[in-house]
Amino acid sequence: MKPVYKKPESLTDNITIYCPGCGHGIIHRLIAEVIDELGIREKTIATAPVGCAVLAYDYFNFDVTETAHGRGPAVATGIKRVLPDRIVFTYQGDGDLAAIGTAEIVHAAARGENITVIFVNNAVYGMTKGQMAPTTLPGQTTTTTPYGRDPSYHGYPIRVCELLSTLEGVSYLERTLIDTPANILKTKRAIKKAFIYQIENKGFSLIEILSPCPTNWKMTPSQAFKWTAEVMTKIFPPGIYKDKYKKGEK
Amino acid sequence: MDKKEIKKLLLNGCEASAEGAIDAGCKFYAGYPITPQNRFPEYMSRRMPEEGGIFIQAESEISAINMVFGAAAAGVRAMTSSSSPGISLKQEGISYLAGCELPAVIINMNRGGPGLGDVTPSQSDYFQSTRGGGHGDYRTIVLAPWNVQEIYDLTYLAFDLADRYRIPVIVLADGMIAQIMEPVKRKKKKENLPQKKWALTGCKGRKPNSIKSLFLKPGVLETHNWKLARKYRKIEEKEVRSECYFCDDMDLLVVSFGTCARISLEAVNIAREKKIKVGLFRPITLWPFPYEELSKLAEKVGKILVVEMNLGQMIEDVKIANKNNARIFFYGRPGGGVPTPEEIFKEIKKI
Repeated sequence: MKPVYKKPESLTDNITIYCPGCGHGIIHRLIAEVIDELGIREKTIATAPVGCAVLAYDYFNFDVTETAHGRGPAVATGIKRVLPDRIVFTYQGDGDLAAIGTAEIVHAAARGENITVIFVNNAVYGMTKGQMAPTTLPGQTTTTTPYGRDPSYHGYPIRVCELLSTLEGVSYLERTLIDTPANILKTKRAIKKAFIYQIENKGFSLIEILSPCPTNWKMTPSQAFKWTAEVMTKIFPPGIYKDKYKKGEK
Repeated sequence: MDKKEIKKLLLNGCEASAEGAIDAGCKFYAGYPITPQNRFPEYMSRRMPEEGGIFIQAESEISAINMVFGAAAAGVRAMTSSSSPGISLKQEGISYLAGCELPAVIINMNRGGPGLGDVTPSQSDYFQSTRGGGHGDYRTIVLAPWNVQEIYDLTYLAFDLADRYRIPVIVLADGMIAQIMEPVKRKKKKENLPQKKWALTGCKGRKPNSIKSLFLKPGVLETHNWKLARKYRKIEEKEVRSECYFCDDMDLLVVSFGTCARISLEAVNIAREKKIKVGLFRPITLWPFPYEELSKLAEKVGKILVVEMNLGQMIEDVKIANKNNARIFFYGRPGGGVPTPEEIFKEIKKI
């Protein structure tokens, strides 16, 4: 009998530490499926962030290194430059990428490093139990914005895709959701395209995924998925922000 | 003419260190401009491509050391260089290199501090270099050259030590060595270095490798730290390096390192001409510090003069080595001050 569904080879059998309803599990699986489908597992090297996905090396069945908080794009630069025929991606959350690691992501993008960035935006510091993130929405309550994020006091959220879209070095930027099966498949297509671009030496890609954090948002998983679609998208609209190699354009 | 064919070169300390790295098989350099070592990234930006290596001018010192982390994780001999304020910024990365047991070479052309300080030669980063420097319980090997030839030799050696012990190695020089030009004799260029089994190269034909310094399960980090400690004890047994001058017959021992030792040797020469019996002891490895070697000398002599270009940092190690109550004197020039041989000789005469 031919199996119609199985665990991707690119995932290990380890049990993750993620909370029920967390988006990381879906995103890990999508990456693993893409890597399996492209047949690149044995030449993929990833960087794990500091944040909820800090133990990513236990879940991915390929070479993974730890990084200091936010430094993934710099570490990935070092790896990719010395091993240009390997496939290198960073896996980063919003605190890692858009706060402490802002310089690293902007400059890796500006250099047009031929790497893929998977950016998981859940509008909160998850691992440290729910502080304000650089992507926390105006009005959103967190453990460090107990009265809600007030832009006049805490500043505004950072829109990473929009910010990076101004940089010449960037090839492909897309923001997606994982709230419905259709959007999960759309996210998978975006991840796959980003990896294909890297294989074809087309340069820097980043896929930003709006991902639920029911634990820290104090919601049920289904409420949280709904919140990504109904509330987060108002500040972070999904879509393709840049595609240098879109058919018909170049 | 092809540089590879030339056995002897006239180089400044930055260039000599860079050539030492290249001859040791270094294929990756990332750095950031900071005086007095700007010649280093400039020189590497030309030499790395010539050698089939990678040069990256990073957006920050932090990024540079993390690029080195990535290249080292991928199994390549990798380095960065900077000067004191930049080295402070790199400490996070150095701690991760130490925790992850990744080999890398970091050159510090020490300038005056604290803060932005100045851009003149100093030895003010002795504590930072020899006591770990970043967060956590760790050591780095610290090599202290005293001239341009030696920064070539010690940079060359640093890569071997880094690989042998899977440890970051600091070469602690200063703005003087960075900028003076002297002849340098080259060593044999290393080619076809052995593959590193632990490196991240893609898991073809093997189980996936991971590199980490995070050990959350109770007791596992403690076990990891004890493993690091065993490595540090082995380095202390095998890698101590020092030199003595006129130490067979002396009434006073001068202890100094790097540029300051070189100037101190001139002062010792002046003293010897005047029939004053002074010797010089020069640690070459600042960690591991040559405690035993110095201890033996301290037993023979009643008086030690420590000379440093700082407020007195290595003197703490001299005190640890001094088990027989030799009297210890100190002469230091902080804030980028460089003593003359005559100044040091005056201090010798006072004792």
